[in-house]
Amino acid sequence: MDLSSINPVLLVASLMVAATPILLAAIGELVVEKAGVLNLGVEGMMITGAICGFALAVETGSPLVGFVSAAIGGALLSLLFVILTQYALANQVASGLALTLFGLGFSALLGQDYVGLKPPATPRLDIPVLSDLPVVGPILFSHDPVLYLGIALTAAVWAVLKFTRVGLVLRAVGENHDAAHALGYKVVRIRVLAIMFGGACAGLGGAYISLIRVPQWTEGMTAGVGWIALALVVFASWKPWRALLGAYLFGGVTVMQLNLQAAGVAIPVEYLAMSPYLITIVVLVILSADKSSAPASLGRIFHASN
Amino acid sequence: MKLKTLLTGAALALGLATAGFAEDKTKVGFVYVGPVGDGGWTFTHDQGRKAVEAEFGDKVETVFVENVAEGPDAERVLTQMALDGADLIFTTSFGFGEATINVAKKFPNVKFEHATGYQRADNVSTYSARFYEGRAVQGHIAGSMTESNIIGYIASYPIPEVIRGINSAYIHAKKANPDVEFRIVWVYTWFDPAKEADAAKALIEQGADVILQHTDSTAPHAAAQEAGGVVTFGQASDMSQYAPFPRVSALLDVWAPYYIERTRAVMEGTWESVDTWNGIAEGMVGIGEITDAVPAEVKAEALALKEALRTGEYHAFTGPINKQDGSVWLAEGETANDGDLAGMQFYVEGIVGDIPN
Repeated sequence: MDLSSINPVLLVASLMVAATPILLAAIGELVVEKAGVLNLGVEGMMITGAICGFALAVETGSPLVGFVSAAIGGALLSLLFVILTQYALANQVASGLALTLFGLGFSALLGQDYVGLKPPATPRLDIPVLSDLPVVGPILFSHDPVLYLGIALTAAVWAVLKFTRVGLVLRAVGENHDAAHALGYKVVRIRVLAIMFGGACAGLGGAYISLIRVPQWTEGMTAGVGWIALALVVFASWKPWRALLGAYLFGGVTVMQLNLQAAGVAIPVEYLAMSPYLITIVVLVILSADKSSAPASLGRIFHASN
Repeated sequence: MKLKTLLTGAALALGLATAGFAEDKTKVGFVYVGPVGDGGWTFTHDQGRKAVEAEFGDKVETVFVENVAEGPDAERVLTQMALDGADLIFTTSFGFGEATINVAKKFPNVKFEHATGYQRADNVSTYSARFYEGRAVQGHIAGSMTESNIIGYIASYPIPEVIRGINSAYIHAKKANPDVEFRIVWVYTWFDPAKEADAAKALIEQGADVILQHTDSTAPHAAAQEAGGVVTFGQASDMSQYAPFPRVSALLDVWAPYYIERTRAVMEGTWESVDTWNGIAEGMVGIGEITDAVPAEVKAEALALKEALRTGEYHAFTGPINKQDGSVWLAEGETANDGDLAGMQFYVEGIVGDIPN
């Protein structure tokens, strides 16, 4: 066992990278669920975003175009869910699962010509003095811009939900859509926008995997991250900062367990391999002891005639 | 009544027609554990499938199902394939073993071939390649090229196949460089690009400057390229998009000749249940082009090693070799028998860490 071979600074820096896709998808889904909609299609929207972003970044040579089109791709796919659940009034669980299956197949089809290609590199932040600082430099000032976007988005969602009128209306729709409707708010329109925001965030998260974290395209490359993001929203009690904590915890333990293995720590590998799931759930369950509950209208179908 | 007779007749005729049709065409099925576009293991099996089509043209029909989970789902896929009239089915992952045996019992007329497996029956053959021979060459290059003396190894599942590879690579890396040290990370997946990338990054951050992988994606190559100065090897397929550096060579799976031969055996009615374990000599294991990033003398040594393995004058596991606990496994000059190799569940002396169970 040689723990000294683990460099804590590099560890923190790489756990932030590992956590970002989960965080982006979870923040998007949090907004969707706050509006009272349960979209289980996160995985499908992520993988679609991953290939849309990858394909356009390769074609144009610009990672920025890639990320923008990933967000658009994810949002467009979520429109399918919108049509099914908001206009055709289909069951949300079934529609969400269908969206995941569709997204996985559709992305495989889109991606056939992109296997084995390399995307353009996304530049990292390089601030002359700050990035060279010991410890804080690698941790805080030398990541890619999308990672900061993830954190900024968390802060923005938190502030909007807590302090603004828009956030209040969104929460009202999620808690009691009949009352919100009676007050004259356009329930369906608000939900459609929330779902599209969720789709865009999931798409960004997917593109983060295919453009920065891995970076390449392979079928099924999101490998369940969308489901982890979904679970995280629930365990984080629909609170943005807790979602951030959960994502960093999950990413952190994932990276940590690989590092411990590489350092030859004498803990059986089986325990290390399950530790990210276990630790994240335990911590968030303890945190959620304050009995904050799900949005009351979560998953319920709304129609103005009811 | 009349309608019913008519329908029965039609159904019968249709059944006869399809039966007659099936007799003309040999239907060969392939069950894959990953996507055909993984660029590694499943990709090479699919190349084999295409070679069967190219060889026999209209006389065969091939079908495949990709991304089949190891376990009960495999049994469902296999049953469906057999019901659809497949004459020969290749199941291309270790974890399909139980399912293959179970379904084979239900369809005695269908021939099955299970890759890297050990359970056989009258209509179930097993086949595998002696990848450890390729690992020996890889280990030699790895040991010669490392400057930090730390070699990272991304391992998938703790099965004999993977452990054999680790041991073979270690023995030959150690011969080239006595100070070499292996860091092994078990990722418990054959294919998960994000996890493989994370594992590669963790190993690189801990000082590894050579990464060997027993997982199927090219993600570790991308991670190595980004880190710079880290050597990688193609796994299963050539992965030449990362040549000449970081990918300096590759361990190639060449399934096409075997698939063609077995399909022909089914067509001619000469198929028998066999256990095939071929290596460099038969061409089932190949060494991908060694690039110029490898020093000329190392390349020459690696090719000489490959040649010795091919002719059989050298065995990749030749004594003296001790087990990890220091007990003697092979005495001076003794070579490992296939039984020992097939069930290998121990590290050789010098490797640090335990095999998960």
